[in-house]
Amino acid sequence: MELHIQNLHFSHGDTPIIRNVSCSFFPNTFYGILGPNGSGKTTLLDLISGFLIPDRGQVLLDKTDISALTPKKIAQALSLVSQNYYINFPFSVEEVIMMGRHPYIDRFAHPCQTDMDRVSQVMDITGISHLKHRKITELSGGEKQRCIFARALCQDTPVLLLDEAFSNMDINHTLHMLGMIRERIKRTKGTVLCVLHDLNLAAAWADEILFLKSGTIQAKGKTSDIITQENIEQVFNVNSKVEFNEYVQAKQVYFKTV
Amino acid sequence: MEQNRNWESVAPGGGTISAKHPEKSVSAAMAADGWFKAMVVLCSFVLLGMILISLSMGYLSIPIPEIARILGNKLFGILEIATPLEETFAAVIFDVRLPRILTCAAVGAALSVSGVLFQGILLNPLADPYTLGVSAGAAFGASIAILLNLGATFVSTPVFAFAGACATLFFVVYLSYSPSSKGIASGLSSNSLILSGIIVAAILSAGISFLKFIANEQVSVIIFWLMGSFASKTWINFGVVFAFLVMGFLIAICFARDLNLISLGDRAASSLGVDIKKITLLLLITGSMLAAVCVSVSGIIGFVGLLVPHMVRFVTGPDNRKLLPLSMIVGAFLLLFADTITRAVLPHEIPIGILTALTGGPVFCWIFKRSRLR
Repeated sequence: MELHIQNLHFSHGDTPIIRNVSCSFFPNTFYGILGPNGSGKTTLLDLISGFLIPDRGQVLLDKTDISALTPKKIAQALSLVSQNYYINFPFSVEEVIMMGRHPYIDRFAHPCQTDMDRVSQVMDITGISHLKHRKITELSGGEKQRCIFARALCQDTPVLLLDEAFSNMDINHTLHMLGMIRERIKRTKGTVLCVLHDLNLAAAWADEILFLKSGTIQAKGKTSDIITQENIEQVFNVNSKVEFNEYVQAKQVYFKTV
Repeated sequence: MEQNRNWESVAPGGGTISAKHPEKSVSAAMAADGWFKAMVVLCSFVLLGMILISLSMGYLSIPIPEIARILGNKLFGILEIATPLEETFAAVIFDVRLPRILTCAAVGAALSVSGVLFQGILLNPLADPYTLGVSAGAAFGASIAILLNLGATFVSTPVFAFAGACATLFFVVYLSYSPSSKGIASGLSSNSLILSGIIVAAILSAGISFLKFIANEQVSVIIFWLMGSFASKTWINFGVVFAFLVMGFLIAICFARDLNLISLGDRAASSLGVDIKKITLLLLITGSMLAAVCVSVSGIIGFVGLLVPHMVRFVTGPDNRKLLPLSMIVGAFLLLFADTITRAVLPHEIPIGILTALTGGPVFCWIFKRSRLR
């Protein structure tokens, strides 16, 4: 599924958050979206997922404007792991993950065997089967994030939007999830848009990088072309050293300790 | 899109893939389902038992076999009524007790359903049907009706109360709606709804105080109305509440799964395909209408809508598909229990609103403190 954004513009009151952004996202690709705080990363994902409606411009899913789709259709095409995963009600982990099947279950139907198999399969591969009967409200931040991530996987959408989905996970789980994402892209020709802050993780895992600053795209392209000292200085205003790392088999960024 | 539906996965980096037992998880789910159904049936029988006991208790004590005989005669035309005493019993049951008891049960059920809806929409397990000031609006409407002496015909006070509640609801929604939030986002954040509700309720209660101040001789009527009562309820009262209850419950159960998702927050719900703008508003209106009709018929009865869903959630968990039906039955039972105590056990009937607040309040404090300590 191709995703095109055309002249997207969005403002909160008088403050523009996204300014005239146009770009395209293609299948079989892991996009890393990076940028300073307040550069509009979350807003961009909200606009793509249809949670917010742009002032101008449009989001096209395979040539269909997403404002023409029902919420259910959108949910079958796009899944979102949002930054805010706070849950107030003590649903069990299994219930929360079953909610990922919501777009496929009719209003009065019960989850069918496929849904239940999918849920237990996803819990297995994300390594949260042992939390199955625990209440989501009692889990740690990282565990909760893994559950929300599993819920999005369960949604089986061609496009996956991740908004700092690993911010509370330890490095082991982060690598595990990233590995699963790459695996999934390869198998399903899916598209992943991943907002993250760690330049080195992005450099190692993303196929393409999109640098966002004050609501505009500063740079976009193949990861190895985009991760450069100049771009990083321009976007984040920090000095760095970028070089290819043998162990990682990718470019890595080093920062000076002041 | 179809290709994505059946991908098999291998966990990278030594992930845990264990042998799966789908048939096991299905049977577990079915067992949980059966257990829930058994709970519903059991609670329904307890409620029916409570209705019978409540029918037999009162100034005139009627033995339960007599009640069975009279009900059998009037409802099904079997068993005959022989003595004049039984005629009296029949009159007491059908003209006095049954309307009151059924109205009371319906109000308890409706308040509980309304409470579940509000707690889900406002993302807050501690919200209640009166959070949005519906009760204050109804009370204001009723006070005006009483003050202007419109209460002579039996409908006008409830009608005014209902109008007051509706007007308040729409004002609160108008106040908290932010048109600047563009998109699927409902534009009705739970914080702004709660805040608007508090402000409007505060203004209205000052208004009620003012009405009481200028009311002279009717002041006691206003005060008594505000405290809530099921005394001298009619079949019409029951019919109105029951009709709203049936409608409200059907709407609520129809969108129960969406409500589950809404209670996780706007963004999660919308990304999972819930039309939050439409459904939030629909459920908000449903919950408020239920609360409004209850307050109009029986005055302000607090804590039922807060406490019942909260207690039932300990048993069923937060899944609204189970929470709604069970809360409805438990709510009907508890309010009927309280009303039977004040009607038939206590030496003087005290207003039901006071009784529920005096007993429900401390119970709530206890539950709340216990959950803080965990």
